[in-house]
Amino acid sequence: MINWLKSLSYKTFPHGIHPDEHKEETRHIGIQRLPFAPELILPLAQHFGKPSKAIVRMGQEVVRGEPLAKADGFMSVPLHAPVSGIIKSIELKPSARGPKTEAIVLQSYTGAAQRILYGMPHDLEALSQEELLQAIQNSGMVGLGGAGFPSHAKLTIPAGNEVDTLIVNGCECEPYLTTDDRLMREYPEQLLQGIRIAMKASGAKRAIVGIENNKIEAVKSLQAHYADFEDITVEAVQTKYPQGSEKLLIKVLLGREVPSGGFPYQVGAVVQNVATLAELGKLLPQNQGLIERLITITGPGIKKPGNYIVPLGTPLRFILEQIGVSDDSGYMVFGGPMMGSTVSSLDVPVIKQVSGLLVLNQGAAQDENQKIYPCIKCGRCVEACPVLLNPSMLGQLAAKRHYETMAKKFHLMDCFECGCCSYICPSNIPLVQYFRIAKSINREKAMAAK
Amino acid sequence: MPQEIEIRTSPHIKTGTYVNDIMRHVVYALLPICGFAVYQFGISAWLLLIFVTASCLLTEALFNYLSDKENTLNDYSALITGLLLALTLPPGFPLWMGVVAGFIAISLGKVLFGGLGFNVLNPALVGRAFVQAAFPVAITTWTPPYLTNRFVEFIPSTLTFPFSLPTPVTSWIQGLNIDSLSSATPLGHFKFAGLDTANLDLFTGMTAGSLGENSALLILVCGLYLAFRKMLNWRIPAAILLSTFLLSAFFYWLDGSKYPDPFFMLFSGGLMLGAVFMATDMVTAPLTPTGIWLYGFLIGFVTVIIRLFGGLPEGIMYAILLGNVTVPLLEAITQPRIYGSVKK
Repeated sequence: MINWLKSLSYKTFPHGIHPDEHKEETRHIGIQRLPFAPELILPLAQHFGKPSKAIVRMGQEVVRGEPLAKADGFMSVPLHAPVSGIIKSIELKPSARGPKTEAIVLQSYTGAAQRILYGMPHDLEALSQEELLQAIQNSGMVGLGGAGFPSHAKLTIPAGNEVDTLIVNGCECEPYLTTDDRLMREYPEQLLQGIRIAMKASGAKRAIVGIENNKIEAVKSLQAHYADFEDITVEAVQTKYPQGSEKLLIKVLLGREVPSGGFPYQVGAVVQNVATLAELGKLLPQNQGLIERLITITGPGIKKPGNYIVPLGTPLRFILEQIGVSDDSGYMVFGGPMMGSTVSSLDVPVIKQVSGLLVLNQGAAQDENQKIYPCIKCGRCVEACPVLLNPSMLGQLAAKRHYETMAKKFHLMDCFECGCCSYICPSNIPLVQYFRIAKSINREKAMAAK
Repeated sequence: MPQEIEIRTSPHIKTGTYVNDIMRHVVYALLPICGFAVYQFGISAWLLLIFVTASCLLTEALFNYLSDKENTLNDYSALITGLLLALTLPPGFPLWMGVVAGFIAISLGKVLFGGLGFNVLNPALVGRAFVQAAFPVAITTWTPPYLTNRFVEFIPSTLTFPFSLPTPVTSWIQGLNIDSLSSATPLGHFKFAGLDTANLDLFTGMTAGSLGENSALLILVCGLYLAFRKMLNWRIPAAILLSTFLLSAFFYWLDGSKYPDPFFMLFSGGLMLGAVFMATDMVTAPLTPTGIWLYGFLIGFVTVIIRLFGGLPEGIMYAILLGNVTVPLLEAITQPRIYGSVKK
C-alpha cells in the first residue's frame, strides 16, 4: 500500500497497463556470454531501411570485426563479421518473421583466437559533428531496443530544426526483459560515453535518463555515477507499460507532445535507448563494428534464464542447446511479450533487432480461454490506450471492414501497436491484430491509387 | 528441443479476466440483494426470482437453438438480466407475468439485436417496461414486507393462474390486520398521499417496494464491491446520484412543502438499484470519459423530472432507457483528444 502510494509520486502518462513483470528471474544475474556457433547466419536486412550490400565472396576468409557488407545509401548500415571464419555462402535464408531474405552464412574457425579487428581508434573530441555521424553509421549501429532504426539517421537532425534534449530511454517497460537494467548497473561508464557521443552528434545540450522505478538499483547507480555532470539528470518514472514508447516518454519527461505523424526532433528532443548508447559508447572510441548484442533469454520454458551476450547471426537452435529448453515449449518470441513476434523456425538467427528471447509454454494464457466474445463495451481498452484512441470502436469498424473510416475518423494511424487493448480485452478480441491488418490494407490501397 | 513451433501475433500475454468472469462477479454482487429480498418478502419473492430468471435463461437457450448459435448461457449475461428484472418487480407479482417479462426482456431486448454486446437498451428494463404497459395494476400492487407468515404463505396474487388477472390483494392485506398504507411504496406515499417516510428506513430497507430496491445501503455496498474489482464504472452512479441530488435539492429549495427533500429522492424507489446496476450495464453505457458523465447527468435529470412532474411515481426506468438510446450520440460528440493531435 505504501509502495503503491509512493509510486504515484513518480511521473507517468495517462492510461496504460500493468502486466506481470517477470523480471525477477533474470535481473539479479550478471551478464554472461554465449560461445560461438559453428555456423552464423547474417541477413543483410537487420535494420529499418535498405538492406546492406555484401562485399565478400563465397569462400573468402574473414576476421572478427571485419565489414562483410556496406551501407546502401543513408538509410542503411554496414554489417561486420561476428566471428573469424570462412564465408560458406550468400543465399536466401528464413528470417524470424517468416519470408526468406538474403543472408551471409559464415562458418566459424573454432580453433581461432577470435581477436577483434579494430579500425583506427577515434579521438572523439577531435571529430566534427558530420565525421561523428559518419563514424556512427560505419559502426553499423541501429536502435537495439527492437526497432532497428539506424542510429546515425536518428541522430541526424534535419536542417532548420534544433534539438535541446537527448532522452535516454531506460524504461524497459516490456515484461521479462532486463538487458537495460543490467547494462545500467554494470556499464555506467560505457553508457556515459554513449550519451556524450549522442549529445554531440545531435547537438543536444542536456540529457535526461528516464528509468522506471522498478529498476531502483539502476536509478541509484546512475545518479551516483553522473552526480558530477550538470547536463545529465537521471529521473525515475512510474512503472507502467508502454512507458518506454518514445513519444510517451517525451511527454512524461519534457511535457511536450510530438505532433501526430511527426518526429521527436520537431519538439526539440531525440530519444535513444540505453542498450544502443551503451553499445555506441563501447564501439565508437575503438572504431569497432556492431558484432554482438545483449539479449534477455527467459520464460517458463528456459532452464538457465539470464542476460547473454550473443554474437549476431547465432541460430536459435544453438542458443537453445546451450541454455537448455523444455521439450514442449514451442512458443518462442523474439523481443518482449507485448510487441515481440514469434519465430517461425529454430533455424532463424539472432539479429540486431532482437532484444530478447522468450520461450513460453505451449498452452499459455490465451489457450485456456480462446473463445472470442462479442465486444461488451466495457471500456477497458479505452482506459488502457496510451494514445487515447477508442479501440472498441476501431475494433467494431474493423470487423465490418470499414478501414477507411478507421483512419479518417478514429485516428487509426496514431496507433503504435503497443498491444494494451488486446492485452486487456475481456472479450478476447484481437484488437491490435485487427489494426495491423487495417493499416496494411489502407497502405496497399494508397499504393494502388498512386 | 521443441518439435513444433507455434506462430502467434503479439501481444503474447493476456490479463486473464474474461467476459464470463466479469459477469460472474456481477451475479455475486446481486446475490446479497436477492437474499435480502427473500428475507423481506419470503417465498413469493423467492419463487418470483426463480421463475423470472429461468424464463430468461430458457428464452436465450431457445433462441440459440432456433438460430443454431452456440450456447451463450455460460457468459452469465442472461442470468444477470433475469435477476435484475426480478428485482424490479413487486413481491406479489404473478409468476406467469414474470415469465412473460423474462421472455420479452431476452427476446425483444437482447436476441433481436444480435445478443450480448449488440443490444441498444438494457434488456431487463425492456422487460420491465413491457409489463409496466401490459399489466399496469399488477406492477403497482405492493405488499408489506416482514409479514410473519412470509416464509410459509404465498402472497395470493403470486399464484395467479396463467393468463388470468390476479385478484386484488387489498382484502388479503386487510385480513392481516395491518395498516393498508404501509404496503404502499414510499414514493407512492409521497406522490399520491403526500406522506413522508423516514430517510433512515429508506436507507437501510425497512420499507415496502419492489424486490431489490429497498435497501440503498446494501445496493451501495454490493456496487462498491464491483467498483473495487473494476467491473463497474463508479462514475455512472456517481453522476446519476449527484445530478438527482442537486436537481431535487433545487426544487426542495424552491418549495419545501411541495417537493420532497433530496435525501428522500436518493434513497427511495428504484433509483439506487437503477443507478448502480442498470445504468452501468457496460453494453448500453457510453465508453468515452466525458460521455459517461453526460449520460449519468441525463439519467438523473430525467428521473427527477418524471418523479416530480410525471404521472408515475417512478422515473428511473424510463430515464435509463432514454439514456441508453442517446449513447451513440454522446459517444460521437465526446471522442477524447488523442495524443499529438494538432490544435485547430
